[in-house]
Amino acid sequence: MTPTNDQQAQMPSGGHPERLTLHRHVLRYEFHERLTHWVAAGSYIYCLATGLAFWSPWLFWIAVVLGGGQISRVLHPWSGLIFFGSVLYMYEMWSKQMRFEPVDKQWWASLRYYITNQDDKMPPAGRYNAGQKMLFWSFFWAGLVLLLTGLVLWFPERLPWSMRWLRYISVFLHPVAALVTIANFMIHIYMGVFAERGAFGSVIRGDVSLAFAKRYHPGWYREIMGSSEPRK
Amino acid sequence: MSQAALRINKISGHAGSIPGEDTQRQDLVCKLVDTTTCIGCKACEVACVEWNDMPFSQTTFDNTYQTMPDTRWNYWNLILFNEHEREDGSLQWLMRKHQCMHCAEPGCLEACPADGAIVQYSNGVVDFQQANCIGCGYCITGCPFNIPKFNSVTKRVYKCSLCTDRVSEGLEPACIKSCPTGCLHFGTKDDMKDLADKRAKQLRENYGFANAGVYDPPGVGGTGVIYVLHDATQPELYGGLPSRPSIPLSVKLWKHPLKWLGNLAIVGGLVGLFVHYLKFGPKGREEEDIAGTPGGGQP
Repeated sequence: MTPTNDQQAQMPSGGHPERLTLHRHVLRYEFHERLTHWVAAGSYIYCLATGLAFWSPWLFWIAVVLGGGQISRVLHPWSGLIFFGSVLYMYEMWSKQMRFEPVDKQWWASLRYYITNQDDKMPPAGRYNAGQKMLFWSFFWAGLVLLLTGLVLWFPERLPWSMRWLRYISVFLHPVAALVTIANFMIHIYMGVFAERGAFGSVIRGDVSLAFAKRYHPGWYREIMGSSEPRK
Repeated sequence: MSQAALRINKISGHAGSIPGEDTQRQDLVCKLVDTTTCIGCKACEVACVEWNDMPFSQTTFDNTYQTMPDTRWNYWNLILFNEHEREDGSLQWLMRKHQCMHCAEPGCLEACPADGAIVQYSNGVVDFQQANCIGCGYCITGCPFNIPKFNSVTKRVYKCSLCTDRVSEGLEPACIKSCPTGCLHFGTKDDMKDLADKRAKQLRENYGFANAGVYDPPGVGGTGVIYVLHDATQPELYGGLPSRPSIPLSVKLWKHPLKWLGNLAIVGGLVGLFVHYLKFGPKGREEEDIAGTPGGGQP
């Protein structure tokens, strides 16, 4: 993962040459970022699978496949805690980079070009584009709602009858927040696995090609390269 | 057990049709509790614990005659004692046998996600099948009467079964059997309604209870336990009996519009993403990227 000498020699001052890797690649996600992502992914997918089983009788077989309804009910909240813990750590790692900036407004205005794969018409995104920031915050807030309502649903019998309104709110908001995360999740998988070639590898091996960085995250590319040359 | 002889009307968390539905006609069964003749002897409480072979449960003394504040997972039947001061200053001692109401539209069953954990027999009895219970406690949220009780050791939920093992053999429930005053009656819903109406009329005409009436709340489709009350306009006096019980609105919203909108959105989203991929395919790659090493740049 150490950049070669001649790559470093080409670098103008002010960039982050330490992030460059072999074969004109650049480190996008460090090990602790990748690990957190996969802890979140694993716990989320378990919660999603068992949650869908509780959501619809037509999907209850998922709980049966995963060892039965009882064990699914026991593990679902624990897995949810792990998920929320990893989301909190993501907040710690990324919340500063996820702040909305002026360029993000332009990004939303150009959304139709992004959807139709005309990425050269997009305003220059930084390390994260506005859509990714939206995904992050949406997961974060929905995760918080899932946690709070989930705690109520974890121990419904502990709540006194006079506080039953908490159960009523939770039993409705929990699936609402879950549906928000499902929408996020589907778009996230689609973008990461199918649409942006190179993105999936980045969260496994950590690096993306310089071309990928330049194309999808020009602002971040300039930050790494320390160059102020305009994007071509 | 002999429940097999009972036909099933509703099954919780069940996909598809209900086996044996509409193959046999059965009368609805009903308990009638005449609160005006209850003397608070608690024979029904003891009979319930005895017949259902429940482990001993410690009682709680809170300066009333009541055995404990609320029903428990192993104490399904509780007489609630309420002192009510009337407008003229006289005292009325109201006693009500509190247990599962066996709603025609049970909120517990509606909220339950586990296949077959709650069933409603075609005689109207709502019964928990602990073998299928996953212990999520959604029934606790769905019930407007605060009936299902969680056992934290077995992680299952329990409540009155209307002695379905006795009823399916043609016997009356244990509580009815034990009642010494005749305040408890058991029979078909039609017969019990008739009897209750007659008793309420008697109370209105001969005993000066102008508001005497029958409690059979339509908000849950009627119940398999009906009450004759001295004052049917104020059921809350009888230990918080709700005047207009129904399945909580949020449970209804969650189980109907939200479920269908959510399913539509999920399936629509999947189809939409697939069609998007067919039309636009993956995002492009730079010339140099394609020329670079496959496999993301590992040496």
